[in-house]
Amino acid sequence: MMNKEVITVMKIRTLGRHATESFKSIGRNGWMTFASVSAVTVTLILVGVFFVIMMNLNKVAETIEEDVQIRVHIDVAANAEDQQKLKSEIENISEVQSVKFSSKEQELEELIKSMGEDGQAFKLFEQDNPLNDVFIVKTKNPQDTMKAANQIGKLQYVTKAVYGKGTVEKLFNFIKASRNVGIVLIAGLFFTAVFLISNTIKITIIARRREIKIMRLVGATNNFIRWPFFLEGLWLGILGAILPIILISIAYYNAYEYLAPKLVGNFIQILPFNPFVYQVSGVLILMGALIGVWGSVMSVRKFLKV
Amino acid sequence: MIEMQDVFKKYPNGVTAINGIDVRINQGEFVYVVGPSGAGKSTFIKMMYREEVPTSGTITMNGVNVAKIKNKKVPIFRRNLGVVFQDFKLLPTKTVYENVAFALEVIEAQPKFIKKRVMEVLDLVNLKHKARMLPTELSGGEQQRVSIARSIVNSPKIVIADEPTGNLDPETSWEIMNIFEEINNRGTTIVMATHNREIVNTIKHRVIAIEAGKIARDEQRGDYGYEN
Repeated sequence: MMNKEVITVMKIRTLGRHATESFKSIGRNGWMTFASVSAVTVTLILVGVFFVIMMNLNKVAETIEEDVQIRVHIDVAANAEDQQKLKSEIENISEVQSVKFSSKEQELEELIKSMGEDGQAFKLFEQDNPLNDVFIVKTKNPQDTMKAANQIGKLQYVTKAVYGKGTVEKLFNFIKASRNVGIVLIAGLFFTAVFLISNTIKITIIARRREIKIMRLVGATNNFIRWPFFLEGLWLGILGAILPIILISIAYYNAYEYLAPKLVGNFIQILPFNPFVYQVSGVLILMGALIGVWGSVMSVRKFLKV
Repeated sequence: MIEMQDVFKKYPNGVTAINGIDVRINQGEFVYVVGPSGAGKSTFIKMMYREEVPTSGTITMNGVNVAKIKNKKVPIFRRNLGVVFQDFKLLPTKTVYENVAFALEVIEAQPKFIKKRVMEVLDLVNLKHKARMLPTELSGGEQQRVSIARSIVNSPKIVIADEPTGNLDPETSWEIMNIFEEINNRGTTIVMATHNREIVNTIKHRVIAIEAGKIARDEQRGDYGYEN
């Protein structure tokens, strides 16, 4: 029991030693530190900007997707009871999420509103409304819109079920394609970043390969040598993430302040500053740290076989 | 104690550096290893701290068969040895103090002990006042003294030195030899490969001469025996 405690205490002390060592090394290898941190900074700015754009495109795509709905025109011959029956029939279709009734008076009002000044002309119809009562149907999954619309179209008292045929399919294809392209681009950028940064870190470590050899000759185990390098890589990665985070935060704040008011009432929306920028910052720090650690661990490994 | 039995070393390029060596060095001895360049001196020394592994035969250092130590365990084996090199092999970004302390840090010694012990050995090599300097700020002789301090800070039973005076002027070489004498007087075994004729002929110790990978001569209080 006693022994175990002693061992744990030693380990914590050694970890402290490694941390101190890694900080000292960052200071002593001034230019090399600068080179590594710059490489991390440049790549993380690229990754960060791209990430922000991708996430916002995704948000736009989601908004558009959610906006897709089926308008079910109800036959004028249907009485209240028939309408109720139709509603429950639509609700029973497995893909359907919600069914909302909109009377022809409401429909006309919406139409007049959406036309603005020109809409006033439709006021003439208030006495003799030519529109139908409508059920507005949303599906659980936007992709099922077409299937659900077809089923609804076959029901009794339905004159037509409209969902923007063609446009919706094209939209879905576009969203799908842009998501895939985005994922590929982000992955590509990520690997470029990993390659670039780990190469820079590798150069800084190659410069110290004699040191590593000496450490082994003096009796340092591989783990003992590896730890300070591991921590150094971690600090370098985190240091490199600071500037990109500041730049992206400022840029996004300004972009949001500028764009958000213009987009009010529009179906396109961008992600609000809070919490999005904090999430991006988290991702960038994590990426910086991972790349830094990975780069240094991989490079040191090469020289530990003395 | 060091014991070699029927040791051969053939390099992958076909060169046979050690061609059948049997030798025994007792605790507390001071041994010079001499011989012409390319005779196998360096390989002989390097096998002792397992920089090289013999092709066949056994090398026992303090009861451990060096050839059988796994790569991973080599650093742990080296903690019980002190090694001094011709080119000092100091860590360039660490101060004199940190270089010496490093050998104790790797065995996770108590910080208090490290401080005390490092200052002790720096005192022994007369460098206490330069503890905070970097190796690049020191002369060759001073750097070698740091390297010696590092080699003995763990209190090893054996110190191996590969041409420790090879890069130093004669006067500094004598200083370094005095330190080795002092260490030997405290009971530490010293095995030193050297080309320094004057030192071998003046400070008399056992001399092992290696020629063409074999022991050509093994004399107590011997001479250098070669024209430099």
